[in-house]
Amino acid sequence: MTSSQTLQRSGFDINLAAVGLITLLGALWALFAAAFAPDAAMKGQSWLILAGFLTGLLLVVGAIARGGVIVDQSEYNEDLIKAGVIASLFWGAAGLLVGVLIAFQLAFPVLNLDAFGFTSFGRLRPLHTSAVIFAFGGNVLLATSFYVVQRTSRTRIAGGVWPWFVFWGYQFFIVIAASGYLIGITQSQEYAEPEWYADLWLTIVWVAYLLIFLGTLWKRKEPHIYVANWFYLAFIITIAVLHVVNNLAVPVDFFGSRSYPVMAGVQNALTQWWYGHNAVGFFLTAGFLGIMYYFIPKRVHRPVYSYRLSIIHFWSLIFIYIWAGPHHLHYTALPEWAQTLGMTFSIMLWMPSWGGMINGLMTLSGAWDKLRTDPVVRMLVLSVAFYGMSTFEGPVMSVRAVNSLSHYTDWTVGHVHSGALGWVGFVSFGALYCLVPWLWKKKGMFSKALVDWHFWIATFGILLYITSMWVAGIMQGLMWRAYNELGFLEYSFVETVEAMHISYIIRAVGGVLYLAGALIMIYNVYRTIKGDVTETDEAVVPQPALAE
Amino acid sequence: MYEILASFAQTWGMLLFVTLFLGALTYALWPKNQERFDKAANAPLNESDSPADAAASED
Amino acid sequence: MSERTSLWSDLHKKLFEKNSLILSVGILVTVSIGGIVEIAPLFYLDSTIEEVEGVRPYTPLEQLGRDIYIREGCYNCHSQMIRPLRDEVERYGHYSLAAESMYDHPFQWGSKRTGPDLARVGGKYSDEWHRDHMRAPTSVVPESIMPAYPFLETSELAFENVQANLRTLSLVGVPYEAEHLEAAVSDIETQLDPFAEDYDGFQARYPGAVMRDFDGNPDMVSELDALIAYLQVLGTMVDFSTYEAEADENLR
Repeated sequence: MTSSQTLQRSGFDINLAAVGLITLLGALWALFAAAFAPDAAMKGQSWLILAGFLTGLLLVVGAIARGGVIVDQSEYNEDLIKAGVIASLFWGAAGLLVGVLIAFQLAFPVLNLDAFGFTSFGRLRPLHTSAVIFAFGGNVLLATSFYVVQRTSRTRIAGGVWPWFVFWGYQFFIVIAASGYLIGITQSQEYAEPEWYADLWLTIVWVAYLLIFLGTLWKRKEPHIYVANWFYLAFIITIAVLHVVNNLAVPVDFFGSRSYPVMAGVQNALTQWWYGHNAVGFFLTAGFLGIMYYFIPKRVHRPVYSYRLSIIHFWSLIFIYIWAGPHHLHYTALPEWAQTLGMTFSIMLWMPSWGGMINGLMTLSGAWDKLRTDPVVRMLVLSVAFYGMSTFEGPVMSVRAVNSLSHYTDWTVGHVHSGALGWVGFVSFGALYCLVPWLWKKKGMFSKALVDWHFWIATFGILLYITSMWVAGIMQGLMWRAYNELGFLEYSFVETVEAMHISYIIRAVGGVLYLAGALIMIYNVYRTIKGDVTETDEAVVPQPALAE
Repeated sequence: MYEILASFAQTWGMLLFVTLFLGALTYALWPKNQERFDKAANAPLNESDSPADAAASED
Repeated sequence: MSERTSLWSDLHKKLFEKNSLILSVGILVTVSIGGIVEIAPLFYLDSTIEEVEGVRPYTPLEQLGRDIYIREGCYNCHSQMIRPLRDEVERYGHYSLAAESMYDHPFQWGSKRTGPDLARVGGKYSDEWHRDHMRAPTSVVPESIMPAYPFLETSELAFENVQANLRTLSLVGVPYEAEHLEAAVSDIETQLDPFAEDYDGFQARYPGAVMRDFDGNPDMVSELDALIAYLQVLGTMVDFSTYEAEADENLR
């Protein structure tokens, strides 16, 4: 068939033409927005959007000039995944850095540098959450899902130029959203802050992502769809549904930035938290469980502990998760039946979550010594342990009585971060440590010792973070409801703010440590790619030939 | 309206969920599926560095 | 080229590839059930939102102030949802009703109280207090960790297009009538002037709306005017001296 020297290219095909047309239309829209936008924010941002689309158009033209994109069926598309790995590292560092900054802002408000508002907490906090969840987490999911679906289907990714469209389109979405926050473009729905035009763009990118993923499954050379792909598929489909429904809005002007959501008040609130909680459930859980189900077995050379359990885990998790949203609205003006429903399902959710945790951990049975010898395995295993911890804490916090204390406090923030830093962060780092030597064809990482340092520094950072937030949250919750002997409220609000100063400093230090770990990783990856590998990674030893 | 919905949820609704759950459980635990699942579980461990198309031509 | 055609024919052949399709549809159905059961009833159960007198759409000035509140991300630190718990009711006032946010596109209930709840902050402090507080929060609350917003009082409020904002809101269900839309731009300046010519017309459109120059600078319509107008109306629309929360029709 094809020799590996001359890789087959797509030529100028309908895919390239379609992507070119999309960028052209986008550029036209941006040009009109630059001229006719009714609001100053959009006038400013339209130039950035125009530049983005023109760059895209240039890339398309460049690809056509080179004879199209590579579509050689005798090779996996690994360049795409390399790009995803680098983007993950970049956005991870950026998102953590903003997180550290806003953590210090809460301890030392002078850091808000508030003369113009660009860098105040209110604008930077969405920047932090979007950067770590959607930019870092999203790129990790893009990269790993493209890797896993190709490998387990034993076929090259489908769709010609479209995977690249998804990759760059997604980065472009991040840039539009992030720059928008800084100049005050937001629709204020937590974790869904981007305005209507960014939402629309993401929808296009996401549909392409879904079709590529399905297209690759359709041409797979394996009879069964490996379970990791089930989780990725659930993540892609459900995020599409959540994104579209929660962002239903009417723009004030077709060339302006502002829009008003279709729903109001209580309906808007429930839809938002149905979205918000399932962004956790399907973006930060289902997607990353896909990583767990591929990378842990692969790293320890053992099949997943129980494939049957993984199937039950999958269906019960996705069924139950979707109901849990209303626990974000306990004691609010949401009707009580909805609150009760949300609480009940949140508690039930404990079961599948721990089923999945057990399945991940027990995959190591017979290979527990790897915990001692391989820091990457240690990272993956600790991530699953954190998954177990935060999926236990979550149902507890969803109980109305507990929630009456924890809600509105930093306990919630601590809970989120034990899941985000412990589970999502560590499982991502573990997967990236696996991927880098695999993709760049090295024997292992540049330095195993640095992986170890990353592991311990970051773990210590997480501990500082979540313990300080437990203290801050529970203390503040108790102070709010404290009465003196005369039957009056004991503390004014600002006294509770003052009391949290120390916790806020400790939390920020924890964040610095976690960021330091990530920077160590970036250095380690850089040296690995450069080729300074001296140690052999035991997990990458050539595998024994397939027994026929 | 609330009563209609509540009574539906407590009868047919619940029955539907139980059936769905039993369906998933049956599929997962069906003895005949064991072999397929074993194969699938080993898929990540048996893969090669190039797609099946290329591997076929190399053999 | 042959590669491409084979890819496409492959796709067509397997367009309805059984397993992946069953999986996709299964996922879609499974994740839809919960959302539909929980969200859909909120739209047609009468008991979702109480019937309350006094809740009116925001004035154009208040609405633009609300947009600034959203722009600056105030919701990141301030909730607007008082829970029916003893300490909250004593600290902030009557617990929040669903009806009070029925014209809020989007809702601003929030999820975190780094600062206090603002659902009933209206009328709690004077305009002067708010001005000082926005300029430098520590000047009125020494321990405050809130960022300062000194640029609000020097930024001109962009309100030439406010009619479009109101029209969009009416599209999504806020009961602005033709006369609200027509007067939208002039109502901004009317609200800032307690002796305005159109005083009666304004009060007919927005019953009970407070009319005064909020930022203390009559020469300029500033963003601070809008923001304070919004803050001062929060939680003041329902008259809780006459509202009976425990009445049968209000229990949910």
